[in-house]
Amino acid sequence: MSPSVRLQEMIRVIRSARTQGEERGVIQRECAAIRAQFRQADNGGRSHNLAKLLYVHMLGYPAHFGQMECVRLIASPRYNEKRVGYLGAMMLLDENQDASLLITNSIKNDLAHSSQYVQSLALCTLACMGSAEMCRDLAPEIDRLLRASSSYIKKKATLCAVHIVRKVPELGELFTPAARALLAEKNHGVLHGAVILITELCERNAQTLVQFREAVPELVHIMRGLVTSGYSPEHTVAGISDPFLQVRILRLLRILGRNNDTASDAMNDLLAQVATNTDSSKTAGSAVLYETVLTVMDIKSESGLRVLAVNILGRFLLNNDRNIRYISMTSLQKIVSTDHNAVQRHRGTIVDCLKDQDASVKRRALELSLALVSAINIRSMMKELLLFLSTCPPELKSHAASGIFNAAERYSPSQRWHIDTILHVLITAGADVRDETVPNLIQLITNASQLHCYTVHKLYRALVADISQQPLVQVACWCIGEYGDSLLQGDCEETEPIQVTEDDILDALETVLQSHMSSPATRGFALTATMKLTSPRQRGEGGRIRSIVSIYGSCMDVELQQRAVEYNALFKKYDHMRAAVLEKMPVMDRSSMGQTNGESGGGGVQELEPTKPKQPEMMVAPQPASQVGGGEGGGAVFLYIVYYGMVTMDPSVAPAAVTVYDKSGVVLKLSCERPLDASQTITLTATNTSDHDVSSLTLQAAVPKNVQLQMKAPSGDSLPARSSAVVTQTVLLNNPNKVGPGWAGTPG
Amino acid sequence: MVRYFKKIMHFLLLFSRQGRLRLQKWFTPTPEREKKKIIRDMTAMVLARKPKTCNFLHWMDLKVVYKRYASLFFCLAIDDQENELLALEILHRYVELLDKYFGNVCELDIIFNFEKAYFILDEFLIGGEVQETSKQTVARCIEASDMLQEVKHTHTLAHMLIL
Repeated sequence: MSPSVRLQEMIRVIRSARTQGEERGVIQRECAAIRAQFRQADNGGRSHNLAKLLYVHMLGYPAHFGQMECVRLIASPRYNEKRVGYLGAMMLLDENQDASLLITNSIKNDLAHSSQYVQSLALCTLACMGSAEMCRDLAPEIDRLLRASSSYIKKKATLCAVHIVRKVPELGELFTPAARALLAEKNHGVLHGAVILITELCERNAQTLVQFREAVPELVHIMRGLVTSGYSPEHTVAGISDPFLQVRILRLLRILGRNNDTASDAMNDLLAQVATNTDSSKTAGSAVLYETVLTVMDIKSESGLRVLAVNILGRFLLNNDRNIRYISMTSLQKIVSTDHNAVQRHRGTIVDCLKDQDASVKRRALELSLALVSAINIRSMMKELLLFLSTCPPELKSHAASGIFNAAERYSPSQRWHIDTILHVLITAGADVRDETVPNLIQLITNASQLHCYTVHKLYRALVADISQQPLVQVACWCIGEYGDSLLQGDCEETEPIQVTEDDILDALETVLQSHMSSPATRGFALTATMKLTSPRQRGEGGRIRSIVSIYGSCMDVELQQRAVEYNALFKKYDHMRAAVLEKMPVMDRSSMGQTNGESGGGGVQELEPTKPKQPEMMVAPQPASQVGGGEGGGAVFLYIVYYGMVTMDPSVAPAAVTVYDKSGVVLKLSCERPLDASQTITLTATNTSDHDVSSLTLQAAVPKNVQLQMKAPSGDSLPARSSAVVTQTVLLNNPNKVGPGWAGTPG
Repeated sequence: MVRYFKKIMHFLLLFSRQGRLRLQKWFTPTPEREKKKIIRDMTAMVLARKPKTCNFLHWMDLKVVYKRYASLFFCLAIDDQENELLALEILHRYVELLDKYFGNVCELDIIFNFEKAYFILDEFLIGGEVQETSKQTVARCIEASDMLQEVKHTHTLAHMLIL
């Protein structure tokens, strides 16, 4: 039986193994046999044994014990053994293995072999896995082969030289003269290798680059020859003469023409010729055209040529082949910032690609569309983008939503349009928007005061239709809580009238509260909104609301339970404060939000405007909890301070003290120190001008969750009569994340 | 993934629809373990692609160009700056060479004659670059090498032993 059948026999046996375990068994046996064979003297089957080992290696099994056999086989005088030996070296050895050095000598010898096929093996292996040391050793030999050998060897030597230059860049100088001479070769293989070598040399050495610029006319001549030549059975692919060589020459021209007017001028006509004459119906032609476009855009080309290039990309967009559509869009993406107007001309086609079947094409189309949005086309583009959002694949939804928000932020023609757009996104892709969308939208809505009625109507309708999209539900609840009175009034100029009763609203909020789809945060919004409806301006009926709220007093979720208990307290003990606490929220300023739309948390901090001097906004209950009775020692003065947001303050402006309580001669003032980064110091100063002492004075403070509170010891707890002494207490507030707004803290 | 220097092609993989590797050519030095990981990643990614999608993928900082021919996936990883359409042509040329050599090539040919598949590849590409752009020339060289392999150990080669 001839040895090669044994190899195929082994493969057959391995393949017929029915389980992984069986296969492992067969391979272990075979490897043991191979090892034994390696130890034996030359038996004529060495190459086949190694080949068997290489097959086993490809299946993923260890084969390092074959390394030395490779070295031995490479040194063999037999061609078939050398061939497999070199193949083994390329598969099992790389420059990190010690054994690879051992083959250096064999390679050196084989480079000078009388048979060109043996030389070829050595060249191929050197170019594949030659280490820097080996390259240094053998570089002169390669240079020799570059100059005086057959085309067959020259083309391989050239690519070997490329590898050497990549490994040891200093050796580039050695090959430069030979490379220059090789441009005169007629053989396409050699020419192709030469162009690659020159490209490599130019990319690594600026002086070489300058030197080779003189070769531009020669390259142009070669290229022209290729473009105008007729059919050649050797090199024509789909009507294009040697597309591989054409692309490499175009790449070299790109490098030579970059940042250089003379060189760019010299190649201008040629590029125009290639662009117009190349047939792009098949991939080969498209590859050449693609490379041409890349070259034109990268060198200093005339504007006419640039427009031609962009038009080629535009034509590619209409090609049936989706690969071509895809690369057209990646190219357009790269140039959309520099050649914006040229790309705008193809906007229609690009927008059509949003409907393409291919997900990669869709993704590219989305990126490009977002880049092409401008103030002029915002309305029509947004229509397309919103349509896309409703049908796009899930992995793109988040990106599309944030892109739409950014575009709306920059170019929205009106506030109403802006709000409508955001609502539309929330309805179609609510689950995929970023967290900061909710506060951003709320901020936007409060600022559009003339649209409150319209907004709350729209949101109510959306809420009734679907409560699964959390961000939408949260915003809707918030708005109903704030502007529910507009809803009850029924008519609104901008939308159709709708009859909504208080029970309807409560039904909707209750549905949100009870739905398993609502997240705890959403429930929080709904509960607070319910509570807000009791405020006098909302004409809310306390009864039903009280029962809803008290249910949540025993809720499992701690946050909800806490809120419910507080709200219950507002009904019972602090009913007189209720109206004030549930006042409408003030218009929120952008700078007080601490974040800009669409950006993630960290980045927004730098963009805060530090120039607005503002008092920290506080909402204080105008009525104290109980009278400070004369002579009775006084009760607890409970100030329910709702600390709203963290405002940056102009450091040069000294904030004034705020009087928070002034009754019967007892005056309490709060003053703020200049903030250090994210912290503020608040000092309470209590004075008593009445005739009676006040005792058991304590300050209790409540802050939202995102603010840290540290209370220092008061200077005293009693205020003697007639201002004979003053009590002060300092409170440190720290808002490390500068996020807001937060409100409704715990009663201290 | 550590890459030692810029190269046009990084690796070429052939695998079946079941993910069995049939050929692997690495154009940059890569540790064994990393090769295995890359093979796993590539097979998973390419096999997961739906039929009507384009032939290009992004993976790490490379572009992966793949095409299915009968029951084999041909997968070529190229540098991010490279021409994907040309990479498709390179894959196609290799398939044509295999087809010419084996005559209506199928996966079994490549399984049972894997070393020949490598020899053909090594006449077409060297060091991650195309070395010969003419189909006929490559075919002729393979034929000549094969004939040389058949020739018994001749006296013309004997004196090489001394070197």
